[in-house]
Amino acid sequence: MQKSASRKERIAEYKELIARLTPKSKVGQGCLRAFWVGGVICVLGQTLIDFGMSAWHLTQAQAGTLASIVLVFLTAALTGVGVFDRIAKYAGAGTVVPITGFANAMVSPAMEFRPEGFVLGTGAKLFTIAGPVLVYGISASVLVGLAYYFISL
Amino acid sequence: MNAPNRMGNQTIVYRNTPWIAASACAAGPREAQGPLGDRFDLVADTPDFGQESYEQAEVALLREACRICLDKAHVGEKSVQAMLGGDLLNQIMPSSLAARSLRIPFLGMYGACSTMSEGLLVGGLLVDGGYAAPVLCTAGSHYATAERQYRFPLEYGNQRTPASQWTVTGAGVVLLAQQGDAVYGKPLAKLTRGCIGRVVDMGVNDANNMGAAMAPAAAATLCAYFDDTGETPERFDRIITGDLGYVGSELLLEWCGKMGHSLPRERMMDCGLTIYDPGQDSHAGGSGCGCSAVVLSSYILPKLQSGEWQRVLFMATGALLSPTTSQQGETIPGVAHAVVIEGVR
Repeated sequence: MQKSASRKERIAEYKELIARLTPKSKVGQGCLRAFWVGGVICVLGQTLIDFGMSAWHLTQAQAGTLASIVLVFLTAALTGVGVFDRIAKYAGAGTVVPITGFANAMVSPAMEFRPEGFVLGTGAKLFTIAGPVLVYGISASVLVGLAYYFISL
Repeated sequence: MNAPNRMGNQTIVYRNTPWIAASACAAGPREAQGPLGDRFDLVADTPDFGQESYEQAEVALLREACRICLDKAHVGEKSVQAMLGGDLLNQIMPSSLAARSLRIPFLGMYGACSTMSEGLLVGGLLVDGGYAAPVLCTAGSHYATAERQYRFPLEYGNQRTPASQWTVTGAGVVLLAQQGDAVYGKPLAKLTRGCIGRVVDMGVNDANNMGAAMAPAAAATLCAYFDDTGETPERFDRIITGDLGYVGSELLLEWCGKMGHSLPRERMMDCGLTIYDPGQDSHAGGSGCGCSAVVLSSYILPKLQSGEWQRVLFMATGALLSPTTSQQGETIPGVAHAVVIEGVR
């Protein structure tokens, strides 16, 4: 009994030591970079929407789709040439949160697992990162949809 | 009944002090830009080393390092009586595939990043006992293959934490021979003692802080060695850890101090802190089986051969991490095996 107590104490002591000696991520700097890069991406998206609506007379929904398509395409291309991960390393959440993060999460496994073949490599592993987001995103939307349906009855 | 070649609980004495007859290493372009870059026997121009996959590149680096080592010792592949090697990938495939080309009788080793000292420890026993000689001990790793197995696709945009480490692309190889066997040329060094490490787990579950997971195992092995032999850290020119990195090295000093063995900072060295420049953005340092193996071959053994160092304790450290058990909430056990390597005068 006493031995297990002393082991617990030692683990607690070691965890304290780890907390003291492990350098922390620079949260302030990370937030600042995420804010400006993420902001620029959003401005780009908004510009595309405005452009679609004014130049091509698209509806708001159509222009939104246009913005998504362009941003996803740009991200996929930048991922393909090996540049996107460098931008993301700098920007963190700034590139993850907009639709760019989703596009990168699809393209990077597609490239990574290509050597294992189109079926068991790219095909099977395509959703390794984006999969959980889809599963819980769609599940949540179903729940919200049901709630909305019953509330508005 | 006590085993006759044993000291205390964990320490082995090599009565016939096997010689390290030759050694070689091959590494990737990032490693070549580091401070040891001009000492490598072979440098791959690109991470894929002209192969179809990164896995094949890892195999090729290992195979070529073996061939260079055997060339240096003027030994044919057929004369080598055993190969002991391992790496980080599932089923230690790169080592097995390299052994397939070399056709040397093969024993697979797995000790995560502690593989180089594990191989030396066991290989030394084969030679010391007169069961096999010469014996080839190998360890290798590749950044890209380790990332895909343990972490994310290479092009996935994420940020690494400050305590994370960079897996070394490279392979290191050592040829052990019987003491006095001069057919391989002048020996680089000799093995005199070894210490088999216990698996130690202090509840670390952060896979981005491997140094913290491994440091208690390193401390346990060091303390066991000092207790078994009655030696002090001052008996060594260097106490060399494998890949504790910046965080783990600090933790080792503190934790050993708490366990009653204070380590002199000026005698400590970590291969993970030696292989890259701080400016190379490797965060807390290098890691991987290849890290300690490449530094052993390119930096440590030459210093023992030249006489600059007389006696070192080489202790590669491994985090016994599996993505599966990690996701199931299991903590990360560590292990560290030590061998005492001395210059031959």
